[in-house]
Amino acid sequence: MTGAELAALIISILSSTVRISTPLALSSVGEVLSERAGIVNLGLEGQILMGAFAAAAASYFSGSAYVGVLAGMLAGALLGLIHVLFSLKFHASQIVLGVANNIFALGFTTVGLVAIWSNRGKSDAVPGLPNINIPFFNNIPIIGPILNNHTLIVYLMLAFTVLSWLVLFRTNIGLRLRSIGENPKAAATVGINIERLQIWAVTIGGAMSGMAGSYLSLSDLNLFSRNMSAGRGFIAMAATILGNWNPFGALGASLIFGFLDAMQIRLQATGFPTQFIQMIPYVLVIILLAGVVRKVHAPAAAGKVYERS
Amino acid sequence: MSTAEHSPSSWQHNLQLWLKNINWRSLGSGVGAFLLSLLVGSLFLSLNGYNPFIAFREIFTGAFGNKYALAEMLVKTTPLIFTGLSVAVAAQAGLFNIGAEGQLLVGALAAAQLASFDLGLPAVIHVILALLAAAVCGGIWGGIAGFIKQRFGAHEVIVTIMMNYIAFLLTSYLVNYPWKAAGMVPQTNPVVAAAALPNLLRGSQLTIGIFIAIAIVVVVAVLFKSTILGYEMKAVGYNPQAGATGGISIAVMGALSMVLAGAVAGIGGGVEILGVHGRFIQGFSPGFGYDGVAVSVLVNSNPALVPISSVLFGILRAGGAFLERNTKIPGDFTTVIQGLVIFFMAAPRIFEAVLKRRSK
Repeated sequence: MTGAELAALIISILSSTVRISTPLALSSVGEVLSERAGIVNLGLEGQILMGAFAAAAASYFSGSAYVGVLAGMLAGALLGLIHVLFSLKFHASQIVLGVANNIFALGFTTVGLVAIWSNRGKSDAVPGLPNINIPFFNNIPIIGPILNNHTLIVYLMLAFTVLSWLVLFRTNIGLRLRSIGENPKAAATVGINIERLQIWAVTIGGAMSGMAGSYLSLSDLNLFSRNMSAGRGFIAMAATILGNWNPFGALGASLIFGFLDAMQIRLQATGFPTQFIQMIPYVLVIILLAGVVRKVHAPAAAGKVYERS
Repeated sequence: MSTAEHSPSSWQHNLQLWLKNINWRSLGSGVGAFLLSLLVGSLFLSLNGYNPFIAFREIFTGAFGNKYALAEMLVKTTPLIFTGLSVAVAAQAGLFNIGAEGQLLVGALAAAQLASFDLGLPAVIHVILALLAAAVCGGIWGGIAGFIKQRFGAHEVIVTIMMNYIAFLLTSYLVNYPWKAAGMVPQTNPVVAAAALPNLLRGSQLTIGIFIAIAIVVVVAVLFKSTILGYEMKAVGYNPQAGATGGISIAVMGALSMVLAGAVAGIGGGVEILGVHGRFIQGFSPGFGYDGVAVSVLVNSNPALVPISSVLFGILRAGGAFLERNTKIPGDFTTVIQGLVIFFMAAPRIFEAVLKRRSK
């Protein structure tokens, strides 16, 4: 292999890393917002799937992929809203709700698939998002080709990650949000409207998972297929933990997982048993949670609903 | 209380006690959640342009139409009893086992591999051996999550989810490489005749697996009802502080309940292989472990009631497949109902809110 070929290979692997990581990072950063506000959203998988379906359906009927992305975000936001309202108003277990969300979404989208396209496996082709060529990147070696020629969602993902970090750690709202996740009683005592912030955080988080779904159906294959999310919601959850509940951490973890997956896909073609590479994210999460390497710190009150006494 | 329970002459009294012990409120919320899910599910079907009445008629026919339909329904019910029981067992000790899927997979593969060798053993022994291997492997898989939870405090929900994926990938590796049967399909060699479960109805897939399932339910129910070990597990689940004050080790009981939960799911995987598939085929489980969460949640994790909710979901599964074959209505409709049931069960206060409003 010549140097030029090697460089091309590396660029191609890193470019697919960006593509694979994008939905993971979107969903994971959304989960960071939810959990920082004290709500564990185990329904990422279902929100991604629902987002992918809504995006494909809306793009199919409207003819515009951008309308599709909006529909995907709306679907994810709606599921997020249901999740947070059920946990706050009816004190439903956030874990059970998440499981319900995932099962419901799988059934719902498959029935929808048959109802619209009369096919249980996959939809017809739908209008997809175009790749965007940013001339500025053409002048930068290595980084340029890796970051250039992706769909809009890749760049939105980067923007959302930065924005989430800024809001969480550089604004008053972020400070309040984090205080809810750590100590809701103290937050309530200083007059923070806990529920309102939680509703916003989880709904926005859901919208980000919905957008992650729209990336799956509108950026690569340009169709919806049954159970398209294929466990990405749980990997995103893993990225949230690995990223220590920080948006940049979540992005970093998503990139690592994306890179592993990109490598795995290349190696699969050679007949190499890739299962152990694919296992790495899951094993890493368990090791990290067990605190063997470094103790990660979850928001102290995540998963518990605060009840005014 | 125990004297009254064991007095032979007072079966009426026993019945009364039993009826008293049933938590009618929780049973009511289960029935309510199920009916509400059917209602919302019907609405959803109508919106998609399908006739819900036809759907329910077909689901019913698919589950009860004739003896083969009934057998098929019980075949679909069997693995749900195991995974539902697995989730319920852990819940008794206050843990949420989302890992029944992974525990079932490793159990299934262990049983399949052991059952594929001709050991020259009598049929009964070979079956028991294979299911024992399934129980041990499933138990270890569940126990890992239980141990990590108790030793390091890592939340069992996340750990069991991760363990599900690790189990899927590990079994995928084994069945694609070292243990792969000749041919294109990633599967193990077929189970030898001595290790196959005896069939109950010729022309159906119904085996004694359903009896094994019921037997394990009885064992678990008795364990929690009348043994000290079961009492201690429940005490830890009900109130960890009080349990600890009473000298019960929370860590040991929690970990033990996960071992037990894993063993039950593992046996379920073994029974599914020895009874239905005859070998481990990659992807044979359509998510039995996740269905188990629904099964357990519907009966508020009461092990003795698991068979009832398993049958309800078995009807939906068998009926769903029938629906798909005979109408244009997608069988996945039953998955929607399943999700809705868990939604409504998760929020018992919905019913309380409704009742309150009515009493006003």
